[in-house]
Amino acid sequence: MNVFGALTPIVLLGLTPLVLMLVISFRRSHGLVVVLSLAGLALTVAVLPGVAASTAPPVAPLLAMDAFALFYIGLLSAATMVVVVLSYGYLERAPGNREEFYLLLTLATFGCAVLAASNHFVSFFLGLEILSVSLYGLVAYLRTTRTALESGVKYLILAAASAAFLLFGMALIYADLGTMDFTAMNSVLAGKAREPTLLLLGGFGMVIIGAGFKLAVVPFHMWAPDVYQGAPTPVTAYLTTVSKGAMVALLLRYSQYGGLLDYESVATVLAIIAVLSMFLGNLLALLQENVKRLLAYSSIAHLGYLLVAVIAASREGSHAVTYYLVAYFITSLGIFGIIAALSDERKEADEVSDYRGLFWRRPWVSGALSLMLFSLAGIPLTAGFVGKFYVLTAGVLSDLWALVILLVVSSVIGLYYYLRIIITMYLSAPDDPSSPLPATRRFSLPEGLVLAGLTVLLIWFGVYPAPLLGAIQAAIGSLT
Amino acid sequence: MSVAWILLMPLAGGLAAWIAGRWSDLWPRWISLGTALLHLLLLLATWGVFFAGIETGQGGWLVVYKQPWIPQLGISFHLAVDGLSLLLLLLTSFLTVLAVLTSWRSVTRSVGFFHFNLLLILTALSGVFIAFDLFLFFAFWEISLLPLYFLIGIWGYENRVYATTKFFIITQGSGLLMLLAILGLVVVHWQSTGVMTFDYLELVGTPMSKATAWWLMLGFFIAFAVKLPVVPFHTWLPDAHTQAPTAGSVALAGLVLKIGAYGMLRFVMTIFPQAAADFALAAMILAVVGILYGALLALGQTDLKRMVAYTSISHMGFVLLGIFTWNELALQGAVIIMLSHGFSAAALFMLVGDLQHRTHTREIDRFGGLWAVTPRMGGVGLFFAMASLGLPGLASFVGEFLVLLGAFRVNVPLTVLASVGLVAATIYSLWMMQKVYYGANTGEWKLDDTSGREMAIMASLIGATLWLGLYPQPVLTTSGDALAQMRQFADKARAPASRPPVKEVQGPKAMASIPPDGGRRP
Repeated sequence: MNVFGALTPIVLLGLTPLVLMLVISFRRSHGLVVVLSLAGLALTVAVLPGVAASTAPPVAPLLAMDAFALFYIGLLSAATMVVVVLSYGYLERAPGNREEFYLLLTLATFGCAVLAASNHFVSFFLGLEILSVSLYGLVAYLRTTRTALESGVKYLILAAASAAFLLFGMALIYADLGTMDFTAMNSVLAGKAREPTLLLLGGFGMVIIGAGFKLAVVPFHMWAPDVYQGAPTPVTAYLTTVSKGAMVALLLRYSQYGGLLDYESVATVLAIIAVLSMFLGNLLALLQENVKRLLAYSSIAHLGYLLVAVIAASREGSHAVTYYLVAYFITSLGIFGIIAALSDERKEADEVSDYRGLFWRRPWVSGALSLMLFSLAGIPLTAGFVGKFYVLTAGVLSDLWALVILLVVSSVIGLYYYLRIIITMYLSAPDDPSSPLPATRRFSLPEGLVLAGLTVLLIWFGVYPAPLLGAIQAAIGSLT
Repeated sequence: MSVAWILLMPLAGGLAAWIAGRWSDLWPRWISLGTALLHLLLLLATWGVFFAGIETGQGGWLVVYKQPWIPQLGISFHLAVDGLSLLLLLLTSFLTVLAVLTSWRSVTRSVGFFHFNLLLILTALSGVFIAFDLFLFFAFWEISLLPLYFLIGIWGYENRVYATTKFFIITQGSGLLMLLAILGLVVVHWQSTGVMTFDYLELVGTPMSKATAWWLMLGFFIAFAVKLPVVPFHTWLPDAHTQAPTAGSVALAGLVLKIGAYGMLRFVMTIFPQAAADFALAAMILAVVGILYGALLALGQTDLKRMVAYTSISHMGFVLLGIFTWNELALQGAVIIMLSHGFSAAALFMLVGDLQHRTHTREIDRFGGLWAVTPRMGGVGLFFAMASLGLPGLASFVGEFLVLLGAFRVNVPLTVLASVGLVAATIYSLWMMQKVYYGANTGEWKLDDTSGREMAIMASLIGATLWLGLYPQPVLTTSGDALAQMRQFADKARAPASRPPVKEVQGPKAMASIPPDGGRRP
């Protein structure tokens, strides 16, 4: 039995930080570390098709390396590669040692991969903790600035508290069902009466709290704006995409196997969380002047949309979640990438006013940024639109009319702040020389390539989504 | 021949114009003018082919193009052209040519991007008129917002950011409502047949319960009502029209309002015939309210452009009245008004634009006595004021007359009230002439009269208005089959239920025997 064959991607992801650690201890070189991280991640992505085609049994005791897990590992690794490229340009201008940043980053992705493949509470918790502990370091990496430290501590305290909730929830569920394996849970639940015990419900509730913190959905969202604003911009991109994506993958698998959504009360709680997230996120985003904070609230709203599709637990629902997530990855990485690439050592380009008149000086950059924002707003020809369309379809197919209508209403509210950033870029540039000058750093070649690539993908998946849909359907099909 | 060129040509031209804008301000103008003219000529040629087909009794669909697009969800790239689409395509293409011409001197900033947006409007609206897949229709519908958003937001007047944001949010919100209705329709169809499809021709005649049909119909209706606009949903229009650059106002009034009417005709009336029939009275009341309200508010404006914007609301009320009357006369009338209003609103907005370009104001009170200074412009203004008030022999008379004639058979009191709108139109049109062109030149304006370019634009619009007013038969013939087919769709869908309450003389021959305003038979 060749379990190792199926686990190759995880092993490669685990080896990458080890290699980095060894290399750093011998020779500090920013460029070399970046190249090695990229190589490790690229290798992981490269072996995925082979693993998928191999006949190795996909399920190990703790990890299910099925097509679903492989798809998500590929997605998360690719997103991490983008973050690595963005970090290179960003950290070049930062003081202090830079190499350990990539060590933490690849380690976090290793944790995410474990989450995506997790089939068991033990691997769930291990993956989550690997991710969280790396993120504490990443968020506070530029430790000489106050805001970074503040957000690091904030993240540490809240994530630790949520992990405690999660563990307690797992214990309660274990006490009730007597197993920690998702598949076994499913069969235990199938044999049980439909009425859940208080123990089980309490356990579900605590697990939702734990997951909710990672996803930053209302009412577990308090950390998001401060951490988003204070963290280095590439880390913010990572928090929005990879970290949340891994948790969504786990939630999908758990809700398919663990019977999470079979209970009316759990579905109701999730629906309330979704509605609160959509509205609070979009409404609070209206008040923001800082782009990173604004995107934090926007992200809260988007996770709310995603939860609607999670609740629409039909198969279309899982497809919709995954498609939406891919679109959201592309868009968020693009936006944060542009913010990171526009920032320089003196000034982070994170105020809305910094973007005033950008179109007249940097038409390409502002064009790409406009497309990204239109994608977040869900305007056709962008991946974000297809994602939103698919989520709405899933909701309507599951007869969730109330949720779907609330989604539409809240996304109309959300339009306003996206449009505000867009129109700011097309206003005439301020004549007053004393006003805070927008950053005008030229992009480096890798940055430019990555951002251009993301823009192309954004349009491609928006105009011709059939191939990606096909890939997702093949992957999700393996889940059931 | 594939119809994809209708979309690809303006898109390619727009990109070329944008790129050319990097080097020169002149190239984008010529490229856009060439593209739009070629588009228009090809469409005219298509119309010729189409006409020959009708003469020999082979009307109906002209060209169909269908390719799977997102097969997983039953979405296909389905384009088709029928008579109604063709007429609206011609209008779109024609007005785009004029919009390029009218911006020749007034737009000097980022010329390449401006023309890209203009041609993108042409692309998106053409797509709206020929898309026969609801997803595709929705995509084009939404895409048409983007260039308008930029046109108003970048090249607009003093209050442009407010106007463009309001325009975008309101129309996008209504669009999402339509998306929900589309999804609901698709799911209902899927539940009854097991086939997931967004294809219009398959969705037409989907059986559904009365309540479902009612809600879905309402979703579509509100989305289209926002665009048309119908009165409680009109608030974006005066701001957007007033703040837009002239080309933007031309596109908005001449074209974007028409996609609301087109959607009502194509989707609301044929997919939900029974619900629409039940709703007809309410819609007709809304239409009459719109006619009177628009006219009344036009009278109260101090801003010339805003006044023209309100007249649009009034004219579009007649279109809505015609559509929900749902008999052949009124439908033909609605189509004619769509075209005639396209011509006259475009002309009036361009006249206001020319005035503003010269005087830098739109305040009606600051004008006066301009006839003495700019006699040619005054003459053109008088012509379109007459066209707007519905002078026989000009285009809008034909349309409004047909609509009233049709509506009279369905609801007499409402028709009488709608006719009052014609009186109000006379008042505001003449009042505008009085204030701007007659009287004393109190502002002591010394202006250049219309240039050759401006005169050429106006001459083409005058020609179109006269032609449509004096000899509308080719247009009636072109739209006749398409409208008859829609009525068939509706009747088929309604067949299990009761028959339509109002029975009319049917068939194109019956139509042709009623000569509107003495229009001669060919």
